[in-house]
Amino acid sequence: MTEPISLQPDETFVLNVGPQHPATHGVLRVKMTMDGEYIYNAETVLGYIHRMHEKMAENRTYPQFMPNMGRLDYLSAMAFNHGYALVVERACGIEVPERAEYIRVITVELNRISSHLVWLGAYVLDLGGFTPLMYCFDDREQILDLLESVTGSRLTYCYFRFGGLYNDIDDDFISGTRAFIKRMRKELKMYAKLVTGNIILMRRLKDHGPVDQDMCQRYGATGPVARGSGINYDVRRNEPYSVYPEFDFEVPVYGECDSYARYLVRMDEMEQSLRIIEQALDKLPDGPVNPKKKPKLIKPPPGDYFAAVETARGNFGIRMVSDGSKNAYRLKLRSPTYSNMHLFDEACRGMLIADALAFMGSLDLVIPEMDR
Amino acid sequence: MSLTLFNVVLAVFIAICFVGANAAYLVWCERKGAGLFQRRPGPMENGPWGLLQPPIDGLKLMTKQLLIPGGVDKAIFMVAPVLAMFPALISFVTIPFSNSIVAHPIDVGVLMIFAFAALGSMSLLVAGWGSRNKYSMISSVRAVSQTVAYEIPLMITTITIVMISGSLNLGDIVQSQLGGFWHWNIWPLQKQVGFNLLMPISFLILFVCSVAETNRAPFDLGEAESELVAGFHTEYSSMGFGLFFMGEYANIVIGACLTVILFLGGWSCPIGDLGFFPFTHNVGWFLLKIYLIIFVFIWIRWTFPRTTIYGLLNLSWKYLIPISLFNLLLTAGLLKVF
Repeated sequence: MTEPISLQPDETFVLNVGPQHPATHGVLRVKMTMDGEYIYNAETVLGYIHRMHEKMAENRTYPQFMPNMGRLDYLSAMAFNHGYALVVERACGIEVPERAEYIRVITVELNRISSHLVWLGAYVLDLGGFTPLMYCFDDREQILDLLESVTGSRLTYCYFRFGGLYNDIDDDFISGTRAFIKRMRKELKMYAKLVTGNIILMRRLKDHGPVDQDMCQRYGATGPVARGSGINYDVRRNEPYSVYPEFDFEVPVYGECDSYARYLVRMDEMEQSLRIIEQALDKLPDGPVNPKKKPKLIKPPPGDYFAAVETARGNFGIRMVSDGSKNAYRLKLRSPTYSNMHLFDEACRGMLIADALAFMGSLDLVIPEMDR
Repeated sequence: MSLTLFNVVLAVFIAICFVGANAAYLVWCERKGAGLFQRRPGPMENGPWGLLQPPIDGLKLMTKQLLIPGGVDKAIFMVAPVLAMFPALISFVTIPFSNSIVAHPIDVGVLMIFAFAALGSMSLLVAGWGSRNKYSMISSVRAVSQTVAYEIPLMITTITIVMISGSLNLGDIVQSQLGGFWHWNIWPLQKQVGFNLLMPISFLILFVCSVAETNRAPFDLGEAESELVAGFHTEYSSMGFGLFFMGEYANIVIGACLTVILFLGGWSCPIGDLGFFPFTHNVGWFLLKIYLIIFVFIWIRWTFPRTTIYGLLNLSWKYLIPISLFNLLLTAGLLKVF
């Protein structure tokens, strides 16, 4: 029995990319209608790892929901911790000690670097270069070791507590982080030589994957995707939270609107994160990491609360509606890649499949975060 | 007559052994090389320095089930892996390892290698067509356009060399380059052709083409794993996959041999024949040269990202073919003048 692959009357065929495909980095499925190697139309299908996190929030007490935050964006779990801690603290009016705020910034920024390192390795792997992945994971390993020593976990952190932290950092962590900053600066130069200036990489990224400002605004894209399109927006600076206003850092913005701009934004962000960590370590005050008076039972007064943080992928917002009980009445998570990903359908039309997958990599998709 | 037949069988047998050993241990070299470039040791568990890894991998592949998916064209599906390995094996028959070590010198050796190389790329087409998988299908279409685009500059460059040495016999081509590295075809200074500055560029063209012909990174578009899963061998398991794998490495050896014979003086000693053992023209130099070339193959693979299919075709049709054609013309003119 040998039937040829049946073509539709208009000579296009449907290529089912995913849910298991090396380029989607998870269980994302894209139904691509192809005309040869050109994409005629693409339709993203979500829902393969939907776990009802928002519903879970309604059935758990506030502290019980904290571990869920590490399971959304597994690469940038610390920032998600921060977002949730922030919204509950705002609702209950809990004061956070200054030392805790600094440590929060240090750990979140370390986590941001490790997230970008995974992206860099995986992205170059998408483009067919295997070696940078190994280098990136080597560097990321240093961060994971550091964070493991204070948080107790390596990936799905549950480090933040309402009003403070689970654990104070020690001198080993501080000296280890300083050593890491020194090492990472050298490594970033090495990446610039090995990857950034590579002619094949530049040919494949420059002028490919156009996402203009208008498209970003229509889809609500944030983070490096928006900043690669010339939109100067970073929650850390535009709507400051925690102790970010006290640090001197730049928000890298590139106006080229192509994959290479998004690539450069992330590379520069790693440098800026190192700067923030360095300043935070210098300014680190003494004191407790948990507030002296903190309600035993977290019961925010009835109301509608919102907090947003900048994760490694963009704006993560939490809207929490409380009815005064020990469970949230409604918790709405606004995750960055859910918006960033929906650009793909429109932007990839007419692209070759190789370029489209290179473009998809530049959006830095983390599937469990879209499919909450 | 029977003696000739016996000789041929023996030659083929030795060629098979050489190719088999090379294919198996080049995988090991590749993995060790990858380890070298990635700050890790590579395979270490089986045997000293992981030297037993290739036979164990082979055993694993052989004991796995050969899965034939439903709806495939069974005959074509089964024939494709054999087609990947077989031409590479046959090509070795005509490769001269030294003045005396050549399985069967053929007067049109160059032609034969090209004929079988073309047959080898047929296997990619056949595998992709027979697999009944859209990824494999795209991959085989890519493989064909890639082969067509890269065989042309490869052949034109080879014709240039054939014109210089005046023979299609690989042994004769090496003979014309004996007497020190300044006689090699890679250098622009040649007695017969005067001063042809394009020769080093021709060497680069041949090298790039042999990388592209063997479907190696950065030109591994046929099996681009982040786009086409595994390309033409997506549906293959067990030794079906194993034969594709071995065929790839056998083709690498052929590509390296061809590069060395055409441009780097084959088995000739780089500093001329001094008469005493390590510096005489012998098989050692040939092996040293081909493994150096293979090391560069491995180095390139683990350093560069993959190109795209249009980048690949542009490179061939816009740059390699015009330059190699120009070099052919130039060489012909110089041959006429000098």
